[in-house]
Amino acid sequence: MDRAILGDNQFFAVNHLSDERSRAQAIRFKDNRAIIDVLDQAMECGVNTFMCTTHDRITAICDHMRKNPAKYADFKFLPGMPYAHKYANALTELGILGTLQAYIPGNIFAVTGKAGLAFLRKDFPSLMELLVDAEMKMFEGMNTPVIFLQNVIVDLMLGLGTDELFVHYAEYIRKRYGAEPGFITMNLPRMVDLCERVGIDNPIICSSINKIGFRMSGGVGEYEEYLQSDRRFRPMAMQCLAAGALKPTEAMAYVNRFPKIESVVFGASSKAHIAETKRLIEQGV
Amino acid sequence: MIKAAVIGLGKMGISHAAILGGLPEVELAAVCDTDGLIQSGFGKLTRIPFFTDYRKMIDTVRPDCVYVITPTRMHYEMVKYALEKGCHVFCEKPFALTVGQGEEMVALAREKGVVNQVGYHNRYIGTFNEMKRLLAAGVIGRPFHFIGEAYGPVVLKKKGSTWRSDKKSGGGCIEDYAAHVLNLIDYVTGSRLTGCAGVQMPSIFSKEVDDATYGSLVLENGLRGQISVNWSDDTVRKMTTSVKIQGDGGKLEADATTLKIYVKEDKPEFGLEKGWNFRYITDVTDPVAFNLRGEEYTAETEDFIDAIRTGRTEGRNSFESALNTDRIIAAMTADWESSLKKEEK
Repeated sequence: MDRAILGDNQFFAVNHLSDERSRAQAIRFKDNRAIIDVLDQAMECGVNTFMCTTHDRITAICDHMRKNPAKYADFKFLPGMPYAHKYANALTELGILGTLQAYIPGNIFAVTGKAGLAFLRKDFPSLMELLVDAEMKMFEGMNTPVIFLQNVIVDLMLGLGTDELFVHYAEYIRKRYGAEPGFITMNLPRMVDLCERVGIDNPIICSSINKIGFRMSGGVGEYEEYLQSDRRFRPMAMQCLAAGALKPTEAMAYVNRFPKIESVVFGASSKAHIAETKRLIEQGV
Repeated sequence: MIKAAVIGLGKMGISHAAILGGLPEVELAAVCDTDGLIQSGFGKLTRIPFFTDYRKMIDTVRPDCVYVITPTRMHYEMVKYALEKGCHVFCEKPFALTVGQGEEMVALAREKGVVNQVGYHNRYIGTFNEMKRLLAAGVIGRPFHFIGEAYGPVVLKKKGSTWRSDKKSGGGCIEDYAAHVLNLIDYVTGSRLTGCAGVQMPSIFSKEVDDATYGSLVLENGLRGQISVNWSDDTVRKMTTSVKIQGDGGKLEADATTLKIYVKEDKPEFGLEKGWNFRYITDVTDPVAFNLRGEEYTAETEDFIDAIRTGRTEGRNSFESALNTDRIIAAMTADWESSLKKEEK
C-alpha cells in the first residue's frame, strides 16, 4: 500500500465538524469534473491511491478513467462499501426486503420469485456476495488492491458477533477480486481481537488515529498499546486531524510515532494542500 | 453483567442489539422479531438466542432490561408487559400512539420503580448539551425566541410502504423527524412545550402522512419560537438537526457538529469573547466503550445501563419527558386538522 492515500469525504459533503462546510463542499464538487481535477492534481503530487466509498458518483469517475487508460494506468482505488446512507434511507422508506429488491443486481426476486426468497433465507453468504458484486460493479477494469467494508457494517457485525461472515468476506474478496480484504472500524482493538480469534491473518484495519482520541472507542491508551504491539495486523490511519481539531503538523507527527501504521488517509481539495499533507505524512518514514 | 433483550429488529433494533452486544458490561441475552428473514439471518450468522414471541422471551430469559424497538403502535402492550415483569425498559421514539397510553406507561414505570428511557438520542450529543448548559447559565441573557429545524432525504418519491408511511402505526414526518426537534427543544431549554399555533403539516409525496411540519410553539416558561422540519429534503445528505436560540445578550446555534455562541460582551468565566465563539463536537464529546453510527447511540445506552446499576430512575430521557413530546405532537396534529376543516368550509 502507498503511504499517503487520498480520501473522498471532501467530495461528497462529509464534514464531521461543520454542516456549513459540508454544504460548501457539495457546491464545489457538484460536477464530477471538479473531482477528476483534484484526482489529477493528486497524481501530479505522486498520490496515486484514492480511497472512496461506493457512492453512485464514483461510476462517472471510473468511466472517465476507463476512457483514458494510459493516463490512469498506475491509479489505484480502495473501495469502501457500502455507501451506508443509500441503504439507510432505503430501509426507512422500503423496509428490508424492499431494499434488497432495489439493490440486488438483475433482481433475483423478479426472476425467481419465491424461490429467490427461499434462497435468501438459507444462504446469507451468497447474499453478501451478491451485494459485494453490486457495489463493485462500478470499478470494473480498475485496479482495486484492497476492498474495505465500511465501519457501519464492520462495527455492526462486531457487535452482533457474526464471526463467520467476516471470514467469508475475507475469503470472497481474495478469491473473486484477487484483492486484500480491509476493515474500517471505530473499534480497532476489538477488531484486532476478532481477526485473531477467527483466523483472519494480518488484516488491513483502517481506523481513526489521533492524539485526542476522537472516534477511538476504548481510548487512546488502548489504541497505542495495540499499535506498539507485535500483533499481526496492518493499521491504516484515518481522521488523523480529528475532523480538523488538530493542526496537520502535530497530527502527522503523532501518527508517525507508530512505525506499524502503513498508510494514512487524508482529505484535501487543492494541489498545494495535497502536496503539503503528503510531505508531512512521509516525513516520518 | 446486565442482561438485556431486544424486541424488534428493524434498522434501529439491529443497531441497538449490536451496541448492547459490543458493551463489555452487558450480556445481549436474547432478541425477538416476527420476520422470517430476520430470524433466519440471526440464526445463521450469530449466536444470540432468538424468539418470535416477546412474552415467551421475557418469561424464559428473565432479562434485567428490555429494549422495545418496534413500530409505535406496538409500544403500549410490549412496554406494559415488560414493566409488569419488573424489567427496566428502553423504548424507541416516538413513545406512545396516544397520550392516554403514554400516561399509563409513565404511571406503571413509576409504580414498579424501574429505569425508563426513550431513544431521543440528540440529548446525548455534546453540542446540544453545551448549549443547554450555557443557556441555563445565562450567557445570552434573557432568551426571547427559538427555531428548531431538521431536514433529511427520507421520502423523495410517491411510493413507500413501511410503517413509517402509515398514520395508524405512528408514521409521518411529525412522528419520525419533528419528534426529535420537539423533544430537543424541551431538553435544551429545560422547560416543556405546552402550546402551538399556525401548524402546517403538508404531504409532499406521501399519501397518508405529512412530509413536513411547520408551526409556532410556546414553552411553559413563556419562551416562544418556531419549528421547521422536512423529511423530503434532498438538499442534505443525511438528517440534519439544529436549534437556534436568541436572547437579549446573544445567540446560541447548535447542530450535531458545531455550537456557535454569539455574546455581546466578554464572558471570561465561560471562555467566551465578545462576538462569535465556536465549540466543536471534538471539544464536547465524551469517549464511549463501543462506537456504532456515532457516540450518542452508545452514550444513551451506557447511561441507561448505568441508571440500572445505580438505581437511578429519574433519567435524562424518561418516559415522562417523551410523553410531553407526544402531547405536543397531538396538539399540533389537532391544530393542523382544524385549520384544514376551516378551509373546507
